[in-house]
Amino acid sequence: MLKIKIFSFLFLISLLINPLLAKEPSVLITEIVNEASIILSSSDPVESKIIKLNNIADTNVDIDGIGMYTLGNYRKILNEDQKIKYKKLFKSYFLKSFSSRLVDYSNPKISVISEKKLNDKYTIVNTLLEATSKNPEIEIDWRIYTKNPDRPLIRDLIVEGLSLARTQKEEFKSIIQNNDGDINYLFKSLEEFIIK
Amino acid sequence: MKKILIIFVISIFSQVLTQNVFAGSDGTIKIGKKSKEQNSEVKDCFETVNRGIFAFNQGLDKIFFKPVAIGYRYLPKPIRSGTSNALSNLSNVVTIPNNILQGQFKEAGINTLRFSINTTLGIAGIFDVASYYGLNKLDKEDYGQTLGTWGVNEGCYFVLPVLGPTTVRDAVGSMVNFSGGDAWYNVTVANNTKYFENSDYYYSRLTTGVDFRAKNLEAFESLEKNSLDLYASVRSLYLQDRNRKIQNLDETTETMNDDDWEEIDTQ
Repeated sequence: MLKIKIFSFLFLISLLINPLLAKEPSVLITEIVNEASIILSSSDPVESKIIKLNNIADTNVDIDGIGMYTLGNYRKILNEDQKIKYKKLFKSYFLKSFSSRLVDYSNPKISVISEKKLNDKYTIVNTLLEATSKNPEIEIDWRIYTKNPDRPLIRDLIVEGLSLARTQKEEFKSIIQNNDGDINYLFKSLEEFIIK
Repeated sequence: MKKILIIFVISIFSQVLTQNVFAGSDGTIKIGKKSKEQNSEVKDCFETVNRGIFAFNQGLDKIFFKPVAIGYRYLPKPIRSGTSNALSNLSNVVTIPNNILQGQFKEAGINTLRFSINTTLGIAGIFDVASYYGLNKLDKEDYGQTLGTWGVNEGCYFVLPVLGPTTVRDAVGSMVNFSGGDAWYNVTVANNTKYFENSDYYYSRLTTGVDFRAKNLEAFESLEKNSLDLYASVRSLYLQDRNRKIQNLDETTETMNDDDWEEIDTQ
């Protein structure tokens, strides 16, 4: 009887908790943007800002997924060792590139405008980066991977209609193609960027 | 007559190139088929030469456009906004005929009203008075986009000295500007009028370039800093941008193709 009671209690708790865990994509973006804004406007040293920004990316961005996407068809010819090496290199490359792009902004003001569910796997969140005295207003759309609704992840940023993931994919493809299809040249380029 | 002949030759050249490229393709992209994947395969026919010209343009940017754009940024904001507005207003003389050619009659009407109001009340377009009356700014259109909406394939991608990235289709579109399709060119360069000089046209083009560069200083810098292959990144961005403009799409959901993402399953 006690077991049944405990089970029922746990079941009820899980029913209550689940809706709380499921995060709407637009809420995810709002939280990330606010968190990043606090970090960027703080007086912390740059190194500390970079670490904090990387933590946000590590938790909320599907870095492995983006890495595989950007490899295009070449992902099908990688062996397991190469796959492990690539994932590791791509993650370091992504985080360095991500923080380097963001750290120049002192206090970006991004507001969530709307969201559109494409299917069960993807939702697009539309946001607007406010104009500054230097830059015009910029539309930024976020492709959110929602296969696991409890843990939505960012897969792409589309700036004024231009997909960063697709640009990255074509860049990687160009590097591999211009080196006789040798994936090692991409690894080398990534390594050079990471240690730069 | 000579100009018409040049356009004709380039048009033929573009068609031949386009069809040759497709003949050698893997069949995933069909001739004349309008799809979201239309630009997925880059047809960079002269990549080695293009990379050379791209490097030259980068050098030119470093010694001229970038420093001038940085200087331009020091001008007071009202001056920059006014300049940007005036240039944008001027671009309507190309946008309006292209609205009509693309069957966008409502947009043609709005742009005509905007142009009339801003040129007069807005003092040569310096002030965007039309927006105040609820006539908001619309996207620019050009002859390359019109050819695209008519189903002309982009042909080869190439890089022009100073002017930068383009495709055969867009280059043909630009030629139309110099053959009577751009009223501003007609009254400044093509015809002798007592109101304007040739230099007015070239200054306006140069200022457009500087204004664009100034608005994108940080974006270019970030791209340069984070690209493993800057040439490939710029090519990708240019082609994505043109594809989006040709399809006149505003919503990201319409521009993205999910096929590539389908196989990536990390959850």
